[in-house]
Formats: sequence, structure tokens, C-alpha cells
Amino acid sequence: MTSASAEASLDASALRERVAAFVAAHDPATTDQTDFLAARFDAGLAWVHFPAGEGGLGAPRALQSVVDHEFERLGFVPTGREGLVIGLGMAAPTILAFGTPEQRRRYLKPLYTGEEIWCQLFSEPGAGSDLAALGTRAVRGGDDWVVNGQKVWTSLAHRATWAILVTRTDPDVPKHKGMTYFICDMRAPGVDVRPLRQLTGEAEFNEVYLTDVRIPDSQRLGGIGEGWRVAQTTLMNERVSIGGHPEPREGGLIGIVAHIWRSRPELRTPGLHDAMMRLWVEAEAARLTKERLRQQLAIGQPGPEGSAAKYSFSRLNQEISGLELELLGAEGMTYDDWTFRRPQGVEFTERSAGFHYLRSKGNSIEGGTSEILRNIIAERILGLPGEIRVDKDVAWKDLPR
Amino acid sequence: MEGLAKVSETGVDLLYSEVEDDLRASVRALLADKSPAASVLARVETDQVTDTALWKELAELGVTGLPIPEELGGAGVTLREASVVAEELGRAVSPVPFLGSAVLATSALLALGDTAAETLGSLAAGETTAALAIPLATPPDAAFPSSVRAVRGALTGTVTGVVDALTADTLLVPAVRAEGPELYLVSTADVDRSAVVSLDLTRPLADLELTAAPARLLASGADAEQALRSALIAGATLLSAEQLGVAEWALETTVEYLKTRNQFGRPVGAFQALKHRLADLWVVVSQARALVRNAAGSVALGHEDAELNASLAQAFVSGAAVKATEEAVQLHGGIGFTWEHPAHLYLKRAKSDAIALGTADRHRRALARLVDLPVQ
Repeated sequence: MTSASAEASLDASALRERVAAFVAAHDPATTDQTDFLAARFDAGLAWVHFPAGEGGLGAPRALQSVVDHEFERLGFVPTGREGLVIGLGMAAPTILAFGTPEQRRRYLKPLYTGEEIWCQLFSEPGAGSDLAALGTRAVRGGDDWVVNGQKVWTSLAHRATWAILVTRTDPDVPKHKGMTYFICDMRAPGVDVRPLRQLTGEAEFNEVYLTDVRIPDSQRLGGIGEGWRVAQTTLMNERVSIGGHPEPREGGLIGIVAHIWRSRPELRTPGLHDAMMRLWVEAEAARLTKERLRQQLAIGQPGPEGSAAKYSFSRLNQEISGLELELLGAEGMTYDDWTFRRPQGVEFTERSAGFHYLRSKGNSIEGGTSEILRNIIAERILGLPGEIRVDKDVAWKDLPR
Repeated sequence: MEGLAKVSETGVDLLYSEVEDDLRASVRALLADKSPAASVLARVETDQVTDTALWKELAELGVTGLPIPEELGGAGVTLREASVVAEELGRAVSPVPFLGSAVLATSALLALGDTAAETLGSLAAGETTAALAIPLATPPDAAFPSSVRAVRGALTGTVTGVVDALTADTLLVPAVRAEGPELYLVSTADVDRSAVVSLDLTRPLADLELTAAPARLLASGADAEQALRSALIAGATLLSAEQLGVAEWALETTVEYLKTRNQFGRPVGAFQALKHRLADLWVVVSQARALVRNAAGSVALGHEDAELNASLAQAFVSGAAVKATEEAVQLHGGIGFTWEHPAHLYLKRAKSDAIALGTADRHRRALARLVDLPVQ
């Protein structure tokens, strides 16, 4: 099929027909999920905005939600996909943008079907908000690169087959210029994954120690020294993912607090009522703002509200979970489980109020701190001047650390 | 979860249509030309604060009768489109009788069907204006006002703090008789009106004294109550749109100022302490926009959630506009505290609007009732 005729025929109703034909040929009730997803990938219905042959049809991105809705309506809702968040959300768009044809052919399909899990080796103990300061070294050795360093806050590292990895390849140039981006085999010798216990008691995340890890040059993504540009593509896809469905009123933590309020009148006080109603209003404001953004994206008119949505939700989660504990009174002085363990796939909302309160403290740190997000809003949306930079023209090796 | 099922949900288009974009552009251009900040500032100390000439020009754009049916001379659109006009009028703190006449009085008259066709036609044409004779601070869920009594078709009583009454030709007056609540039409020629020194310089308020004023009965009982309530819900919705416009002006003006104001050898907008305050304000304004669109769409479609969404908008946007204008004054520094700079007109409008048609606290109380979150 030529691309011109493909584009001409790809509107919402044409895609619905393709989905219907696909489901008719692959009964979701009797087809193995991996096989179903593999066939869906081959049919170009995985991510329709990707090119033909790479899981897509070269269709407008906005039509992906049409396809997802239609699969759902026809009874196909894949399960066990929560481990694919890094792969689907961050690795795939980066591989699409910077990968060679061989790399795209090798990695995209098993990433989509869930046969291979991905993680992200970006943050380091000395490079958090200032990611470009990272110091994990990659040194050329023949056809390979030899990598040494430490990464941190790596979710899924203990389950992942692959990682997207940013390294320092040239310490003698300013920090944004000397980085190179790789795909790292998490089973390679020298990769040591250790659980990182967080203040909730459990270990969602890991520290990953890289000691003389050899990565073939064929697993480099983008040019040598282009790592920062490649990483930008990854990070653009990190913040708030906007779903295909409107969120319902009282859909988040505020719904839990409202339920406690309705079902347990003995807990009510006027002060708590006032605090709850203020947060109820703010939760609705955040929800409808996200819904407005979803409507903008659906008609292909992306607004700049994405960073702000993540910022709003982290603050709200923290305030609402704090109120939940106070509302519960004596029960708020208890905690469900401090055991040092991996999360058991239990939904956030099913844990106790104390867990809600403590876990949401991470919301304003992970995926861009609230301070960084406010800088982004101020500089990229409002056009205010940037910070005065003292690190832009200094070789990475000469920076204070 | 069982508690959630009670809260119903209806999707509303939260974006702006092309028609709304065009309407906004025409109104904005007219206001920039005929009612710039300097001329508004010059008016507020005269005895003609309300710009009746501007109102006539707005009538030519159809602004005076947006929700009035075309057969009565109106534009035959909805309060959704009207809310875009309210945003622009707020942005310009324009001293025209939009809220009092084109929103509150018009919405009440529209709720009464054919009984007031002639009055509506005259309002749509911009020939006359009307006011709803209630204190502007009245929230939508207030009890029917009882300060005016009807005796043998004549009204006697006092109403304080009425918006857009000084320049109005006609008053729509809620009054009570032994039989219950009623709505009357009264000519302002038969009412003693005295101007109030209002906190909001650009929005004149008046106290009304009625002494056996001749009146025409429009509606009684539940019809009168329903008309008044629907006017107040429409008013709360459109007021939130006006507040959004006020907040947008404050944010944009402050951002532009901080890009050009230099201290310590750089634009003060480069200081993170100020950037973060403006980022927070931008977040609040973008949230306000979603709530305003949600309320306007919901009221326009006659959703059962219209009252809820109007109170939701008021509970949030009142504070947003006050915060934005307070930040505008503070972040402008010395110039922001002068009479010469228009920031104070917006601050006064925002704070007064936060009380108009119910404070945020009263709207939160209404929400608690509407979504089954009782205080005790």
C-alpha cells in the first residue's frame, strides 16, 4: 500500500473497521494474549501513529484512542501490562525516533507484546534534577563500550530484560555535549540490581551498579555525544500520560475520603468538613483541567497543560492523603505493613491511609520535582527568563560536585 | 464504592468553538478601541461610570441579547457563548450592564416564557436595560427575598446593593404577598434609587426604595421561585467567566511587566522566587478555565448538574481571581499601588466578585449538599 492511499483511507471509521476485521479473525476469548498482541502489532494496530511494519499505520496519533476504545468495546482488554510502563511510554518512542531499522525491528515487537520488560537507567546519586551532570562512564573498547557507574530510582530493574541508559562518554566537553545513549542488556555480566527501600517500607525501586559492563556499539541509540538530545525525547514522554477515557468525578484519592465521610458520620467535625470541601473543589478543578487537555489532544491541538497536570496532582495527593489520616483519627495512627519487600501488585488505593500519605510524598519528586516543573511552566509557557547558568560552558570534569 | 454512585456525570465540551473565538475577537477589538484601561480609569470618578454608549456598540455585535431567541430580536445562542463575552468584559473591567441586564434580568425573564417578550425584545436591541432587584451578594440557594411586599399590585420595601440598577429602565422585583413569592416588572421611574459607594469602582451598585410603586405581575409561586433561581445559577456561571477574564488580565500583565522590569541587573522575572509564584498562578488560571467552560456548557445544555457546576466554578474561580489580582499588585511593586496603574481596578473587581452571588464558602456549602457530603 502506498503511503498516500494509506493516509487517505485512515480515518476513525476505517480504523474501527480494521479493528472489527482483526477481532473477527483473532477471537480474544480463545487467542493467547501474547499471540493476539503480536498479530495486532503485525496488523499495524499496536500504535497507529508508528510507521507501517513497526506496529503502526502512519496514522494521526489522535486516532490511537479510537483503536483502543474499539478493541475494548469488542472485548479485548489486555492484562498484566503494568510492568510495561517504561517500555511502552518511554523506550518505544525513543527507539522509534533514534533507532536504526535493525534496532526498531529487534526491540519494538517484544516490547509491545510484553515478552520483554524495560527499565530506565537515568538518575544517579549525584544527578537528580540536574540529569545532565550524570557521571556513569562509557569508554570505547573495540566494538564494545565498557560501562562503570551507579544508577538509582530504577523501577522494574529486577524484572527487566533491557534498559535505556544514558552515560558520559566525553568528560572534557560541557556536560550536555558529552553524553551517549545505549540500550543495556540487564542480564549482562557486571549489572548488579539491589532493591532500594523507600520510606513506605517496601522497595518499588532499585539501585543498579554497573561494573565493567560491555555493551556492543550496535546497541547505541543515536550518535556518540548525542545522548542528551535522545534523552530529551524519552523525558518528554515521561510526564502525565493522558488516558483515552474521561476520569470520573471522585475518581482519585478524594473519592476515598468522600466515601469515609459518607459512611462514618462519627468522624465528622466542621474543620475537617471545610478542609475536605476545599480539596474536593481542587480535585474537581484538576480533574476537569486534565479532561480539557484530553479533549485538546483528541483534536490534535496539544496544550501546554501537561507539566502542570503532574504538578497539580502531586500536591493534591499529598494534601488529600494528609487529610485522610486526620479524618481517620486513632486509626490514622496505624500502618498496614512495614515489611521490606517488593510491591505485591497491590493497587495504591487498596493500601492503608498511612501508605497513601507516605507514598504520595514521592509524587512531587519522581518524574520531575515540583520545583523543576514550576521552572518549566515559567520558562516554556510564560516565557520568563531562564536561570543564570554557571555550568553551560564548563567541561563536565571541571564542575563542582 | 457505594458512595460514588450518587454522583452523576455528563460530558461537557470544555474547548472553545470557532463561533466563540470569533465572538471573542470582535468583543476584544471593540473594547480595546472604545474602552481601554485609561478611559475606564477616567470614568470611575465621574457620575457616569456605566458606559451606555459602549453598551449600544456592544448591542450591534449582538452582545445584549445572546441567549434571547431570534424571533424576539436576540442572537438565539446560549449562555456558553455569552460566557466568552463575560470573559472579555472581565478582562477589560468594562463598566457595562452585562451582568445585571443581559445575564441576571434576562435569564429570569427567559425562564418566564412569553409573559415578558416585549421587554426581552427591547433588551436584545440594546434600547433599554433591566436589573434584577436583589442584593448582588445573594447566593443561588438563598431563600426567596422578602424585603419587598406586594399590596394590591403595588410594591413597597427596600433592596440594597443592586447591580446595574442606576442606569436601568426596568426592574424585575421579587416580592412577597400573603399567597407567597411573586415576580414583578417595575419602571425605574417609579423607584427611588440611590447610588452606593461601591468597593468595585467599575461596577455601580444602588439601594432601591419602593413606596407603593406600580408593578406588573409576571409570575407567582413556584414559577417565580424557579425563575429567580435559574437567573442566579446563570449569574453565578457567567460571573465565574468574568472572574476568569479578570484573572487572565492580571496574570498576563504581570508576566509582561516582570519580563521588562530590571533590578539587580536583570529582569526581575528571572528570579526563581517570582517565577514560581507566576507558575502557580498559571496553573490556577488554567484550572479556572476548565471549571468555567464546564459550568457554562452545563448551564447551556440545561444539565441536572448545572447548579452543581455553577457552584463548583464559583467555589474555585472567586479565589483564583482574587489571588491573581493580589499577586498583580504585589509583583508590580510600587507602581502596582498607585491610582494611575489599572491593577487596582481589577483587584477591586475581583474582591467584590468574590462576594457577589455567594462567597466561595457558601458555594462549598451548596456543593456539600448537592454531592451528599453533609457537615454533620
